[in-house]
Amino acid sequence: MDNIHNSDYSIQTVDLTRKFGNITAVNRLNLTIKKGELFSLLGHNGAGKTTTIKMLCCLLKPTSGTAIILGHDIKKEADSVKRIINVSPQETAIANHLTSYENLQLIARLYGLSKADTRSRTDELIELMGLKERAADRVEKLSGGMKRRLSIAMALISDPQVLFLDEPTLGLDPQARRNLWEQIEKLKGNKTIILTTHYMEEADALSDRIAIIKSGCIKAIGTPKELKAELSGLQTMIVRGCNLTDEIINNIKMKYRDVKSLDNGIEIRGEKLVFDEIVDSLRSDGVKIEWLTMKEASLDDVFLSINEEV
Amino acid sequence: MRFLSLANRNIKEIYRDPISTVLGVAMPSTLLVLFVSISQNAPIEIFTVQVLTPGIIVFSFSFLTMFSAILLSKDRQSAFLTRLLVSPLRPVDFILAYSLPIIPIALIQIIICYTVAVFLGITLDLGILFLSLVVLIPIALACIGIGMILGSLLTENQVAGAGSLVIIASSLFGGAWMDLNMIGGVFKNIGYALPFAHAIDATRAIYKGAGLSSIVGNMYWIIGYTILFLILGILSFRWKTRG
Repeated sequence: MDNIHNSDYSIQTVDLTRKFGNITAVNRLNLTIKKGELFSLLGHNGAGKTTTIKMLCCLLKPTSGTAIILGHDIKKEADSVKRIINVSPQETAIANHLTSYENLQLIARLYGLSKADTRSRTDELIELMGLKERAADRVEKLSGGMKRRLSIAMALISDPQVLFLDEPTLGLDPQARRNLWEQIEKLKGNKTIILTTHYMEEADALSDRIAIIKSGCIKAIGTPKELKAELSGLQTMIVRGCNLTDEIINNIKMKYRDVKSLDNGIEIRGEKLVFDEIVDSLRSDGVKIEWLTMKEASLDDVFLSINEEV
Repeated sequence: MRFLSLANRNIKEIYRDPISTVLGVAMPSTLLVLFVSISQNAPIEIFTVQVLTPGIIVFSFSFLTMFSAILLSKDRQSAFLTRLLVSPLRPVDFILAYSLPIIPIALIQIIICYTVAVFLGITLDLGILFLSLVVLIPIALACIGIGMILGSLLTENQVAGAGSLVIIASSLFGGAWMDLNMIGGVFKNIGYALPFAHAIDATRAIYKGAGLSSIVGNMYWIIGYTILFLILGILSFRWKTRG
């Protein structure tokens, strides 16, 4: 496998495959991720994101194929791989009866940091993640956002060259999520980060590149801009108003392939929608339009269109 | 020696949840006082402090199963174990870190039960103390091994049910407060097919002045089961975490 390693890349997967009985969770995955890149894996539940991360973290053995992380084969050199990576799992994965300090110190010691390094790294990360005021409290008393920040700090304490963030903002309120994005932004460029998330705006805001996985295979890969450009003609129009009867909605459904009913409104998705034509048609049917908007394709649309494909 | 850092965390995790620890330590000594006070009103040999103390100590070890199993299953379910498995810890580090912190609880249980027993009139010398530890430490390890099996295979909720079964099995089939020979039949056969009754009988024999040579038969059962449970615990852990 040494001949395939390129020193510009942090991660190269080569036909990486994992089967569970008859089910293929990850199917011949071929990926290259550059050093310092923030790379997002998107996909529905069960698409193969977490299985991929588990294989790259040496928690799960590939059925076939392999991956090279900074020159180390995950199948043959798991010990070497484990020294240069770290993970913030999907669950917060912290010791609840310990304080934030103690949690960080524990992980530092497990990675063999000296006492002095442990102390300085702990202080540095407590500061970076905004945990100073509550650092001496048992973590069971912290908010969900603080626990998530601590979880990422625990993954950073060993100063990994490759960091896996498995749904780091799951279950957080919008404000806490934004705060965490700021922390992740600060890490960009210094480390290779592999992020999985269900939040498209998160992937859009943070990622250098994105891969969309479906049934264990990559269906699309590129920068957020490149992915959205693939659906450049797609537009979404949302109209809210009075008198939007089922009959009127059914008429619209006959003209446009993708129409959804909303509370007091409709959402129309399609290529090159003619704004005036739709508005005039609704008004002539007696709809009193109160609010409307039209937007270009988002990452959400890209994700949906890929997952709608049979 | 990285396992020491994890063992240290596990000690804190157990001792900072004092209710269960106090229950596991205080309940057996309370039972000892209760049963011995019954024997003062109704003289039954099995409720005398001399006969009852070994039974209560072995019964108290079944709580070790609960402590060990809950600690492990909690870490599995919260994915804390996932984080640890990504670290450079070796399998042997995990086994040591999840079993060693439970041993001090076993020692505390022994010390408290003996202290209460001395107040209730038992006579102990250093020889008896040492010999009884030769019996009691292996059975405590066996209970930790059962905990590792349950903690590796079951969820936290399932552990609560399965752990209760171990507590009931050790109290009923160990003969802690009922004479298995008097009951006889299947009950006695099951009792002596498990290690608890052997541990209790051996410790009672030591109190009566028996040496190691007299309890060799019991020790085979105890050490055999201890090795079996620890091996099964290690295999269960490795099986569940190997991926």
